[in-house]
Order: sequence, then structure tokens, then C-alpha cells
Amino acid sequence: MLDTAPAVRKPPGRRTAGRPRPRRRPRFGPYLLIAPTVVVIAVLMFWPMIQIGIMSFQKVGTRQLRGEPAESVGLENFKDILGDPFFWTTFKHTVLFAVVAVSLTMVIGTLVGLLLNKLGKRMSNLVAGGVMVAWATPPITAAIIFTWLFGTTGGLVNWTLDLLPDFLVGGDWLGYNWFAKPLPTYTVLTICVVWQACPFVAVSVLAGLKSVPSELYEAARVDGSGPWRTFWSITYPMLKPIFLVVLVMSIIWDFKVFTQLFIMAGMANRDAFNLSLYAYSEAFGSMNPKLGDGSAIALVLTLILLIVTALYVRVMVRQGETR
Amino acid sequence: MTAPLNLPAVRKRGAAGASARTGGSGRKKLFSKITWNAIGVVVFVLAVFPVFWMASTAFKPNDEIFSSTPKPLPADPTLEHFDVIVNGSVAEVSFWKYFGNSALLALGTVLVSGLLALLAATAVARFRFRFRTTFLVMLLIVQMVPLEALVIPLFLDLKQLNMLNSMWGLLVVYIGFAVPFAIWMLRGFVAAVPRELEEAAAIDGAGPVRTFFRVMLPLVAPGLVATSIFSFITAWNEFIFAFTFLDDQDKYTLPIMLQFFFGRSGNSWGPIMAASTLLTIPVIIFFLIVQRRMVTGLTAGAVKG
Repeated sequence: MLDTAPAVRKPPGRRTAGRPRPRRRPRFGPYLLIAPTVVVIAVLMFWPMIQIGIMSFQKVGTRQLRGEPAESVGLENFKDILGDPFFWTTFKHTVLFAVVAVSLTMVIGTLVGLLLNKLGKRMSNLVAGGVMVAWATPPITAAIIFTWLFGTTGGLVNWTLDLLPDFLVGGDWLGYNWFAKPLPTYTVLTICVVWQACPFVAVSVLAGLKSVPSELYEAARVDGSGPWRTFWSITYPMLKPIFLVVLVMSIIWDFKVFTQLFIMAGMANRDAFNLSLYAYSEAFGSMNPKLGDGSAIALVLTLILLIVTALYVRVMVRQGETR
Repeated sequence: MTAPLNLPAVRKRGAAGASARTGGSGRKKLFSKITWNAIGVVVFVLAVFPVFWMASTAFKPNDEIFSSTPKPLPADPTLEHFDVIVNGSVAEVSFWKYFGNSALLALGTVLVSGLLALLAATAVARFRFRFRTTFLVMLLIVQMVPLEALVIPLFLDLKQLNMLNSMWGLLVVYIGFAVPFAIWMLRGFVAAVPRELEEAAAIDGAGPVRTFFRVMLPLVAPGLVATSIFSFITAWNEFIFAFTFLDDQDKYTLPIMLQFFFGRSGNSWGPIMAASTLLTIPVIIFFLIVQRRMVTGLTAGAVKG
């Protein structure tokens, strides 16, 4: 009977016992309250994520959709996907788009935030309200509006470009089709997404700026610091936590952009696919659905985003958000 | 186009310029004030313009829409495109059917996710319990999950449960998407209700249920409104899941109808813009009501001074 020791040892993890906090029904209360949410999230988020993992190692096609059990194919889906140069094209699109769109969003959003802080109260509210309109527009309508603005017949952008002097922008814009090739398509997509995402950055930056003590700026002015220097030695360090959160969220949003690209490029225009659209099209885009391949692509995307999410969670935990 | 837009900036001079801090180089200050306001107006116009152009196009007759010299405002405004959308039959089903489907889904999402969020937010804001931090971190993580990736497994799950092509299946999915952020938004409101009020009610002999309805609910109401609007917008805007899961035309939601219309007849921009306007305007109005809460919800305490 040597095994008595564990039973004698005090149960670990009772740190909270010494810290009496009077609560009603402290035992089960909170667990009952969060239980429905935990169930919902487990069923609708975590289980599907696990399923993506499982399915990416299976062949899931028309037969499996009819109810036949899925057979394991090992790494075959990944071999198919990663060995296909087309996957890397969509990967390149995803990453390049995210880099460009996130950078533009951060820079323009920050500038607008600084502007909002500089303007008088009424003007600032007006402009803030205006940029909110851009943010509030549903992604699907935003995509449709920009397709219309950049359209071939009656499109305002082509009309304007055509009016501009030829030595500036070249000529023959009226019939130009922005959605025939990936680069122009992504240009429109970038404008559309940046237009919608800047307000969030701007308003967050504005909220941060309001919390910076004005003495700091006065001191900087007395010291003769210019706007550039002031930004990097006062504003940026003070707003760093905000910038981090906003940056991470922009990266995540732009990596998985779907609806806008779906509207602008559609499923037929494979040349312009990004990872989300590629995964979707493999799974649902043809008469021969390849849900296993689609899952493998989705898994790649999910893993990338989980890494970025880890960064986000770390920032939020450090800021005491989860306390 | 920029000339008339300078007007508000100039008008501003009297109101804001005069009240500006006194000090030397007043002229230079006034000049820079006008410059900044002008930039502000440009930003405002750039932000609003696409939505304005959508609404404006919706009221233009066809010959103006495809005119070789587009005008900002309709010279001869017409409601014909709205008439086509609302009264004409888009693919044999009436606009109001789609509108109703979207509204039902959005309201269902609001009700259920609001209830779940209120429960969970109370737990998080009022109790310290063992997995509290784990739960909060979980909420952060699921807000970032690429929903676009989940469409594949959820499609199979719903198929297995025979809930594909059903509004109920979609409703359940939307609830799952709305709840995490709703809790995140709501917990601040619950935490802001003074605990003493609840204790006082308890001393006065009110049971937990009575305390909840008489003390808690009225005080969290603004937060619930904000959260509800957020959940409403989430469900109202959603596209991919509705597009993938729904087969029957009479079950489509507004975004699907829009896409359908857009894909089928890419040239009838008038009706498309009219439909887009009808889809968008309520969202913008709702959004402007709760925007401040959205920002704090998203960046949370990153703004703490």
C-alpha cells in the first residue's frame, strides 16, 4: 500500500479558496450561463474546424455526398494541392492582396484618424459619419457598386479616365474591362476593400488619440518637433496596442476576403481566385465536387489565420482584456 | 466637382475659426484651418461617394444610366427600377418574400444570440469561475475563424441532419456566428451595472428573476440594442452560407436575390442599384446608431488611456 501518498496530498489548484468573493450560486451558476454558448460554438465552430482537418485526409466527392462512407487517402489531397502550380497562384494572390490591402488600410486609415482628430468637433463628426457609411455598406453591395463604377458600359471610372489627358493615363479607356485579368480585378478589389476597412482603423486611431494627454503634444511643439517626428515619438508608441489589434484584424479580414471577389471575379474566372474562392470552387463549383481537396485548401488558410489569431489573442490577454 | 464642395469648408470659417485659440499668426492659422477642413470634405466625399452613386443610379432612367456623360444626380428621377424590384417578379418570387426571409433570419438571430449573449455576458462580468479566461480566449479565437472555410463541413453536417435548404439550418449557423462578438460587446454593459443595485434589490426581498427584470434588464437595455443591431447586420449581410445552403428560390435571402439578379442580367444596372439601395440603407442607418459600440467592441480596451 504505497499509493496512499497521492490521496494525502492536497488537491492542487485551490488558489481561489483563500479569496472569498461573495456571489450568488457560485458553483454552477456561471457554467449554466455559458453552457448554451459553449455548445453552440463547439458544434458550429470547433467541430467543423476539426472536420476540415479530418476531411482534408479523405476523398469526399459525389459518392460520399450520397451517403457512402469517406475513405482515407492519406496525404493525397495535399499532394494534389501543393503539387499544383495553380494552388500557388491563388496563394500568391491571397498573400499579395493582403500585403497591399493591409498596408493601404493602415496608412490611409491612420491618416484619416489623425485628420479626424485635427478637425473641429462638428466637422470631425461629419467626416466620421461619412466614413462610417463606407464601413456599414454590406460587402455584397460594396462589391456590386464598385463593379458598376468600374464597369464597361456607363462605368464612371472609365469615363473619368477617358476624360483625363492621354499623356497621364493613356487613352482608350471607355471599353476597358477591369475584370478580364487578375491584376486589374485585384486593383478594383483592393480599392473596394480598403475603402470599407479604413474607417475602422481611422475611428480606432481617433479613439486612441483622444486618450493621449495633450501635454505630450504641447511639449513636443515647444521642443520644435515636426509632425513626422511627433507621430513616431509620441503618437505611435502611445497607440501601439491599438495599431496591433487593428493590424491583426485587417490581416485576418483581408486574407479570407470572399464575397467581394466572388462578385467581381465569379467562380468561372479561375485566373483571379484567391485561397477562399479556390477552396469554395473545389468543393461546390462544379458537377464533380471535391470536398476533400476543398478542405485541404481551407485547412491551409485556417492554419495561416490561426497563427495570426494567436498574435491577436496574445495582445488582448496582455492588455488585460480577458481579466 | 471640387468647386462647390469647398463651400462648407469656407462657411466653417465663421463658426469654428473664430472660436479657435487666440495667438499670433491668426491668418496662417485660419489658412491651415480651411485647408484641413477642405481635406476633411474630400475624405467625406470619397467615403460617401460610392453609396451616393448607387442611390443616385437607382433613380435614373435607363438612358441616363448608360449616358455617355454621367451626371451626379438624376435629371429626370424615376421610381421605375424600384417598381421592377418591388412589384415586378424577380424570378417568379416577389421582393417582399426575399425581404421577409432576410428579416426573419435576422430577427431570429437577434433574439437567440441576444439571449445567449446576455446569459454568457452575465457569467463573465459577474462571476469568477474556473474556465472564465479559457472561455474569453475561446471567444477571441472564434471571432477570427475563417467562416469561409467552415462552409464545407457545415454543408455536410446540415446535409446529414436534413437541414440543408432550410431556413432553420441557416438560422442556427447565423446564431453561432453572431454570439461570440455579441458576448464580447455585452459584457462591458453588464459589468457597468452597479452590483449594489442588485444587492439592494435582493435585500428588499426581490428574487433573482425579479431582480433581473427590474434592475438588470433596464440598465443593460442600451447594450442589448447595440448588440442586437450588430447581430441583425451579421445575418442580414450574410451571403456565402445562404448562397451555398439554399436551393429553393422562395427561400432565398436578399443578398442571394441581389447576386442572382446581378449574375443573370448584368446589364440592368437600374434595378440592381435599386435593390442594392433597399438592402443597404437600413444597414447603414442601424450601423450609424451603434457605431461607437462597434469600435469599442472590436478594439476593446486597447483604447484605455
